[in-house]
Amino acid sequence: MERSRRSFLKILGISTLGLGTLSSVDLLAKAEMGKAEYSPDPKGMTGKRWALVVDVKKLDEETTQKAIEACHLIHNVPDYGDEDNEEIKWIWTDKYEHAFPGTEHAYLAEEIEEKPFLLLCNHCANPPCVRVCPTQATWQRGDGVVMMDQHRCIGCRYCMAACPFGARSFNWKDPRTTYFKDKEPPNPKYPTRTKGVVEKCNLCAERLAVGEMPACVEAVKDSKAIVFGDLEDPHSEVREVLHEHFAIRRKPELGTNPNVYYIV
Amino acid sequence: MLETALKGSKKYWILIGVLFGLHGMGATAFLYQLSKGLTVTGMSRDVSWGIYIAQFTFLVGVAASAVMVVLPYYLHNVKEFGKITILGEFLAVAAVNMCLMFILVDLGKPMRMLNVILHPTPNSILFWDMVVLNGYLFLNIIIGWVVLSAERKQVDPPKWVKPLIYLSIPWAVSIHTVTAFLYAGLPGRHFWLTAIMAARFLGSAFAAGPALLILLCLIVRKVSKFDPGKEAIQKVANIVVYAMIISIFFVLLEVFTAFYSQIPGHMHGFVYTFVGLHGHGNLVPWTWAFAVMAVIATLMLLCPPLRKNETTLAISCLLVFFSLWIEKGITLVITGFIPNPFDTITEYVPTLPELAITVGVWATGFLILTILYKIAVSVKEEIAS
Repeated sequence: MERSRRSFLKILGISTLGLGTLSSVDLLAKAEMGKAEYSPDPKGMTGKRWALVVDVKKLDEETTQKAIEACHLIHNVPDYGDEDNEEIKWIWTDKYEHAFPGTEHAYLAEEIEEKPFLLLCNHCANPPCVRVCPTQATWQRGDGVVMMDQHRCIGCRYCMAACPFGARSFNWKDPRTTYFKDKEPPNPKYPTRTKGVVEKCNLCAERLAVGEMPACVEAVKDSKAIVFGDLEDPHSEVREVLHEHFAIRRKPELGTNPNVYYIV
Repeated sequence: MLETALKGSKKYWILIGVLFGLHGMGATAFLYQLSKGLTVTGMSRDVSWGIYIAQFTFLVGVAASAVMVVLPYYLHNVKEFGKITILGEFLAVAAVNMCLMFILVDLGKPMRMLNVILHPTPNSILFWDMVVLNGYLFLNIIIGWVVLSAERKQVDPPKWVKPLIYLSIPWAVSIHTVTAFLYAGLPGRHFWLTAIMAARFLGSAFAAGPALLILLCLIVRKVSKFDPGKEAIQKVANIVVYAMIISIFFVLLEVFTAFYSQIPGHMHGFVYTFVGLHGHGNLVPWTWAFAVMAVIATLMLLCPPLRKNETTLAISCLLVFFSLWIEKGITLVITGFIPNPFDTITEYVPTLPELAITVGVWATGFLILTILYKIAVSVKEEIAS
């Protein structure tokens, strides 16, 4: 009784402070949830700024396919095929000249020219997609992950216009009535999407929460081609790798501050 | 006053019937789009906005242009415009309605539209666009209706409406500025990343909107006993000439910056629209149609005898309207997505359902416009008799 009264007064105080348009119903709901019922998995990973370092030298067709397949199966990403211009992709490969347009030249080392570059959401520290979203359906967490709420997204696709990396896909058609019509989604633990919403790589937020590495990192762990870690932690593996190797990021001049690095 | 829209000639009802039929066609196509998803359009992962958002962008300009008759009348006492401010305001109402409908049909989840209000996000330009467009809609409905009602009763409009009229002037500028900011603030979309985008938008808006207003005035005079006045039409024509010249000048500024600096990202969009890029050039004929029509229209408008003759003036206004419709209602938005972030090209061609919905929204807008103009014209005729 005492406890609930105190929390009630607390809510009242916050409400009168006038937190703008935040509805008090919302606040009540949050307070009601209670800490005892829901607590984060103690195994969950915590960080301040997650980053990926992709060592392109260690990548080949086979390894990249492993990473892509692992991600797309775990997240029930429908495979409409590369030729479909409505394709959905969270992680994919492209040539150097398309990954780093404007930096290519006619005498590029053959090795680089043919290498498959793994591309995915950069989880930018200064994400333009988050800036433009009119409903906060896409937002940035404290650990830097740029998240996407497919239940709030209105499908305006402003984020797709804003993303300079082509990391976002829109569900032009309904995956549930097309690709998954006759087949079960591969991962029953992860929701499929509906038509009319945007999706993208979530840095495996659901796996980080239970202490697992992102699926792409896990899939290629033998080759150590993708390293995952906290950039703010000076002893993290990503920091060590970046300290030892020269790494580049996609379109750094745009000021989005990408958190995916490439060792070339 | 609404009852005046319920009595009309046979021609009036035929027009209403035709527009309503087109509205029905668009609505049917929209239901089809709702059930299948936006896959029924020609948009893609790379060209993620198409003709809907382009029409929206163009129509914001038409809406904003009402200020071109309101401002001279209320701030500079240009008496000739007294008779047509209502036509400008009602045109704005119809245009904003079309804007809102074009956004609605473009949404992947239109039923979640209110999330923009439930989760207000001041850092999103789209949120502000929602605010200014709706504000402008209500301002024009209130101002137009109140002033017209007072006119009907042959009394002065109530004093409280004056501040709203003054507010509507900067507000008109704001709707097109905010709409330009939708584009001009995006990193990595070089074609749009230009500081003069808002100025360019306003320039072309103040040419295309008043050109349409002149055409509407000429039609109103033909089909009713209400004459907007030769002087008023000529004064609006002057505005169209200046705005058209400024618009062309702004486009040339963009071309200079791109091609003298020789920065590939800045040039690509223009190369794609004017001559085609990497073998792709869907928009090339459209862009040249824009350029040729714009130049002819400007030359015709600059020539006093052609401007003063209402037949040639009407032709010039048609050219102005369609050239700027191509520029803003097709090429500007679509070219922004070409080339894509990977420096490759995906072409865009609207599909039949997409075109049906587009025509449906235009027809719905013109249905609103017809009814509002019928009311305004009936009131004007009533006072005259």
